[in-house]
Amino acid sequence: MAEENKKIKITIDNITVEVEPGTTIVEAARLLGSEFAPPTMCFYSKLEGSGGKCRTCLVEVAAGSAADPRPMPKLVASCRTQVMEGMVVKNITSERVLDARNGVVEFLLINHPLDCPICDQAGECYLQDLSYDHGKVGTRTEFVRRTFKREDIGPLIQLHMTRCILCYRCVMVADQLTNKRVHGIVDRGDKAAISTYISKAIDNDFSGNMIDVCPVGALTDKTFRFKNRVWFTKPVDAHRDCETPGCCGKATLWLRGEEVFRVTSRKDPWGEVQSFDGKPGWICNACRFDKKKTSDWVVEGLTQISRHSVIGANKYKVLDVPKETITEVMDGRDPKLLMNIHSVSGVNRPEIDLSKLNRPAHSDDFEK
Amino acid sequence: MQSLTNRVQPVDRSPMTIWEKMYLPAIVKGMGITFSHIFKKNPTINFPEKTRPFSPVFRGLQILNRDEEGRENCTACGLCAVACPAEAITMEAAERLPGEEHLYREEKYAAKYEINMLRCIFCGFCEEACPKDAIYLSESFMPSDYLRSQFIYKKEDLLIPNPKEDPEGYKKALGNRAAQKKQKD
Repeated sequence: MAEENKKIKITIDNITVEVEPGTTIVEAARLLGSEFAPPTMCFYSKLEGSGGKCRTCLVEVAAGSAADPRPMPKLVASCRTQVMEGMVVKNITSERVLDARNGVVEFLLINHPLDCPICDQAGECYLQDLSYDHGKVGTRTEFVRRTFKREDIGPLIQLHMTRCILCYRCVMVADQLTNKRVHGIVDRGDKAAISTYISKAIDNDFSGNMIDVCPVGALTDKTFRFKNRVWFTKPVDAHRDCETPGCCGKATLWLRGEEVFRVTSRKDPWGEVQSFDGKPGWICNACRFDKKKTSDWVVEGLTQISRHSVIGANKYKVLDVPKETITEVMDGRDPKLLMNIHSVSGVNRPEIDLSKLNRPAHSDDFEK
Repeated sequence: MQSLTNRVQPVDRSPMTIWEKMYLPAIVKGMGITFSHIFKKNPTINFPEKTRPFSPVFRGLQILNRDEEGRENCTACGLCAVACPAEAITMEAAERLPGEEHLYREEKYAAKYEINMLRCIFCGFCEEACPKDAIYLSESFMPSDYLRSQFIYKKEDLLIPNPKEDPEGYKKALGNRAAQKKQKD
């Protein structure tokens, strides 16, 4: 039996790493760091049975194993291929892989509407990142992009089927996190669509996690819809005591000033929810949609944002606003302002608290 | 001391001669220069009755564009605001209600859009960043004012005239810049 627990040596992009038997190539690559891991659109390590659908994680296996060092004839999906002793994997060092990935991105974008200026996911969208890294500027398809009749799936989640890449992650969330799944993929081929059959509202305590697992903007938060761009809000880590069983209570708040615009679960470098004590940190709908006040939460500190992410564009460094010392220096007198921008500006008026609206803002909301 | 350039000329501090002390020749020479300008071409123009043609790369006051049907192009994507080096642009978005389709081109639009003209440096990055052809720097100056509060330009101040109601005003406000940019693309 001792032999079964033996670690397996595998070489990824000329770097050797030792992993447990039964690990997939992508998980072994993730041990090396985010720049070595193949991009994944459908694989989600916290969801059982995910992966194998989007083909973005294709890698070349230059040597199958130490016992049989022949290369695998085709590129393999690294999220579904388990490691073998002495396997040699080429990811970014292989021209074939990069070329295939460009092709996969082109395929994923064939039906994508590219409405990033409207989409709430823009800025934290994995399809956006992937197409920047691997995509070509133009498309070669001449056909009309598929469109769908808009379906309302409840008051909390907005479904944009045109943006969907059919990764099945949200279906697995509903299967594995909630007691009853009411949505799935109906029809097939070009018409395959996420849908509730027949028109039901998705309503259970953990349905909001579908938003977090969605790699594109197909499922977005209706309470945050159009309220702000991701990169203008400030993410902070916060927690609260949540009574809902299964909810970890640890979340990221996206703030504008003191207003909580959005609550999401915390993400790890691969865009999946962080694990706490070995358990994935899913959060319940009460935390996500109802607790939109900073007083509901205990703020821990700023969320670490990758240097290259547009979310860091607001250049924040500290959580607290630095102390205003002008009055102190001037013996208690207030500085004479030539103009107070808040008395002139119509944006971000205190009487219009967008975070308290549980729906997107409309024209009449600004007429107060 | 070693001079930095070869154009340095030492100041002549020798005492003036009688001829120089009379000053008259110098005055005559100076008046000669002055009167010679009467016969030269006038370099100034009578602004604002007459205006000079702008350079094709002139960047003036921003306008928010509409499409041919008079709907606002802006979808409040925030790319102009994130590209703005002076952080002059702010906006708030809203969802289009049924019945507002003739006002806004897409389902999301800018309910509030402001440019702080005290901050704006007219670099044109907003125009370059815009994916929706919605913001252009026009061929007109920003008007001056006595009050600072007048320089916070709201959406009403920036929007181009509706091409359906006022086609003349629309054409004038759009100028040649939009057509030039389309040609470049």
